[in-house]
Amino acid sequence: MDDFLQTLMTAVSVGSLYALIALGYTMVYGVLKFINFAHSDVVVLGAWFSFTLATWFLPQMGIDPAAAPWWAACGVLFFAMLACGGVGFLIERLAYRPLRRAPRLNVLITAIGVSLLLQNVGQLQFDLGAGLRLPFGTQPQGMPRLVPDVALNDAAVARGVAGEGGSSSTLVLEHPAVLESGRSYRAVVYRDNGAVERARITSSTGTYGAGAVMSLGSSLTRPPDGSVYVIRRLARVPIAMIDVVIVVTAGGLMVLLNLLVYRSKLGMAMRAVSFNTDTAALMGIPVDRVISFTFVLGAMLAAAAGFLYAIKYTTLQQPAHAGWVLLGLKAFVAAVVGGIGNIQGAVLGGFLIAFIEQFGAVYVSSDLRDISVFAVLILVLLVRPTGVLGSPSCEKV
Amino acid sequence: MSRVPGRSSTALLAVILAACAAAYGVVAGCSSGTDRGGGGTPNGQSGAGKAASNEPVVIGHYGSLTGAQATFGISTSQGIRLAIKQANATGGINGRPITLREYDTKGDAREAGSVVTRLCTNDKVVAVLGEVASGLSLAGAPVCQEFGVPMITPSSTNPRVTVVGDMISRVCFIDPFQGLVCAKFAYEHRKARKVAMLYDQAAPYSTGLAEEFRGAFEKLGGTIATSQTYAEGDPDFNAQLTTIRSAEPDIIFVPGYYTDVANIAMQARKLGITAPLLGGDGWDSTKLTEIGGPAIEGSYYSNHYSQQDPSPTVQKFIATYKAEFGSTPDGLAALGYDAALLLFDAMKRSPSLGGKDLAAAIATSKDFHGVTGTITIDADRNAVKPAVMLEVKGGAPTYVTTIAP
Repeated sequence: MDDFLQTLMTAVSVGSLYALIALGYTMVYGVLKFINFAHSDVVVLGAWFSFTLATWFLPQMGIDPAAAPWWAACGVLFFAMLACGGVGFLIERLAYRPLRRAPRLNVLITAIGVSLLLQNVGQLQFDLGAGLRLPFGTQPQGMPRLVPDVALNDAAVARGVAGEGGSSSTLVLEHPAVLESGRSYRAVVYRDNGAVERARITSSTGTYGAGAVMSLGSSLTRPPDGSVYVIRRLARVPIAMIDVVIVVTAGGLMVLLNLLVYRSKLGMAMRAVSFNTDTAALMGIPVDRVISFTFVLGAMLAAAAGFLYAIKYTTLQQPAHAGWVLLGLKAFVAAVVGGIGNIQGAVLGGFLIAFIEQFGAVYVSSDLRDISVFAVLILVLLVRPTGVLGSPSCEKV
Repeated sequence: MSRVPGRSSTALLAVILAACAAAYGVVAGCSSGTDRGGGGTPNGQSGAGKAASNEPVVIGHYGSLTGAQATFGISTSQGIRLAIKQANATGGINGRPITLREYDTKGDAREAGSVVTRLCTNDKVVAVLGEVASGLSLAGAPVCQEFGVPMITPSSTNPRVTVVGDMISRVCFIDPFQGLVCAKFAYEHRKARKVAMLYDQAAPYSTGLAEEFRGAFEKLGGTIATSQTYAEGDPDFNAQLTTIRSAEPDIIFVPGYYTDVANIAMQARKLGITAPLLGGDGWDSTKLTEIGGPAIEGSYYSNHYSQQDPSPTVQKFIATYKAEFGSTPDGLAALGYDAALLLFDAMKRSPSLGGKDLAAAIATSKDFHGVTGTITIDADRNAVKPAVMLEVKGGAPTYVTTIAP
C-alpha cells in the first residue's frame, strides 16, 4: 500500500510537469500545425534562467537563496517566465514567421535547427562581471532549494531545548524520545535568528532518556546547545512540500490557461486561427499577433515547468544533456497521446504518460521505464491516431 | 495551412518518426563545438623512429573536458600536465622535452573515436593517454590498436578495454576487482547480508560493476534483494527507490557516476531510506558532496587512492598539485599522473619510441612506485594494485580501509 501511494504521489508530481510542457507543444500545433521541437529547449532555458536568478539576483538583493522567502521563489518564477516568453516571441518572429507559407517539413527542420542553436548557445559561458556568468556552460549545477525540503505529514515526536555539551553533529535531549525500528527521524533545530537547520538522526532505534545524546547524520553550522529542537518521524509516504508546490502551481496555470482560451476574446481568436487561419484573417483577426501570443504563452508554461523541475530535482544538467531531450520527448509523446492540438488532451496525456511510466517501473520493471512510454505512443498511433481526446476530424481543406 | 490532403494520420506519424530520430540525433550532434587544442606547442611531426635529439616527444590525451563528466577529464588532464612538467624539469625523455596534444571528448563515444583518430594520424603522437569512462576508452582503443600507437588508460576499469589488443594497457584495477572489493567490504566490514542494487543500464562501467558485485556477494553468502536500473539523465529515481525501500536492504550498491549518485542519495533520504549507499570510483568528484550534501553522508565507495594516505609519495604529490592548480587532487588526477609517469618510465627503458617497442616496455613495467600504489602490469596489461575504501564524512571522503588484491 505504501508503495502504491508513493508511486501515485510521484506520478502526479511528474505528470504535472509533463502536462505543462505538453501544453506548449499542443498549442503551437493547434495554431501552426507543426511540432515546435525547440520547445523542450525553452524548458531548459526556464530552468537555467531560474538558476541564474536564484544564485545571482537573489544574493544581489541581499536574499540568501538557501533561506529564500516564498515571494522570492515567486519572483524567480515570474521573471523566468517573462524571459522565456521573450525568447518564445523571438523564436517565432525570427525563425518561423518567415516560413509561414513554406511547406511544413521546412518549418519542422527549422525547429530542429532552432533547438540545436539554443542548446549550443546555452553551452557557452561569458563572465559578465560581478560574478554573473551567462549563458550556462557545460557543468552540472546545484539549484538552491527555494522551497523548504520538508514533508507535510511528518509527525513531531519530541521537542525541547537542546542541552549543553553537544558538538555540531550531536543533540542533547531535554525530554525522553523513542525511536521506533524501521522508521527514520530528523532533528529540526530552530535558531534565535530565525534560521532553521535539519539533520538526519543516525542513532540506533530504542528509548532515549532526558540528557541522552543523539548523533546526527550531518553537521549543523554550530552545536545546537540552547536552541529549540523538534524530532520528527518521517512519514512512510511523505507528502513533500515541493510536490504540493508543483501540483498547485501547475494546476493554477492550467486553470488560468483554460480561462484565457475559452473565456477571453484573445482565446477566441486563438481558437479561430486554429480552426481556419485564412478565414480568421478574413474576419479581421490579426493572425500574426495571435500566433506570436500563442508562442509566448507556450514558452511561459515551459519556463514554469523548467523552474519547477529545477527546484524539484536541484541538479541542472548542461543544456544539451540527454536528460533534457528525453524530458521534452516524453512531454511530446504526452501531447500526441492526449490528442495533439487539444488542450485538455495535453493535460490528460501528461498524467497518463507519468502514470504508465511510474507504475510500470515499480510494478513491472525499471528496465522498461522509457520503453513503456514509447510503446504507448505506438499503440495510440495505431489504434487512435488522433489521440485519446483528439477529434477524428478529416483535415480541413 | 491548407495544403494537406486527407491523410493526416500518416503525415503525423511520419513527422513524429522523423522528429524522434532527429531529437535523438540532437543528443550526439549537439556536442560538436570547437576542439580544445591542449597545452604545449602544436607539433606536426612526432618522435616515432629516429629523430633529432632535442625534438619534442608528443603524447596525446583524450578526455571529457566538458559535459556531465567534465571533472573526470579535467582532473586527469591536470595530473598529466603535472607529470609532464616534472619530467621536463628533469631532462624529459633522454634529453627530449615532452609536449601534450589534448582533445575534448565531451563524454561522447563517437567524439572519442574521432579525436583519437586525429591524434594518431594528424598529430602523429608517440602514445595516447585516456579515457576515464570505459565506454569512451572502448571507442578510442581500437583506433590506437589499428594505428599501432600504445594507449594507457588511467582509469577505465572495464575488463574489455585492454582485451582490444597488445597496444592497450592501464594503470588502474579492473571492475571484477572493484566489484569484489565492494562485495567484501559490504559483507565483512559492514556485515551486510541483504543488498539492493541500482545501476545505469546503458553504461558498461555501471553494469560491469553490478554483475561482478552480484557474483562476489552471493558467493560470500549474501543475497541481492532487488536489482533496479535507470537510464543516464533520468532525474527521477522515486520508482526504483520505492521498490528498494520495500526490500529493506542493509546497503544499496549504486555503481554509477557522481551526478546520478548524488541525486539518488537525495531522493532516497527523502523516502526515508537510511541504508548507506556503496559504489565505485565513479563517485570520485567534489561535485558528489556539493550536490548530494547531507544525503550522501555516511556512504562508502572504493577508490584508487586516498588523500589521507600518510605515505610521503602521496603527500608530496598532493602538495605539488595544490601549488600548481590550487585544488586537492582527486583519484583521477592521481591516476592521470601515474599513467603519464609510467609511460615516461617505459619510454626511457624502451629501445625506440616505435609503437611495438614502447608497448612492450609498458607491458613489462614491474613494481612501479606510483601515487596510487605499487603498480605491476600483468600478462593481460592490467594493473595489479590495492584499492582503498572511503566514507563520505563531513563533506569529504575519509579513509576507511585498504583492500589488497
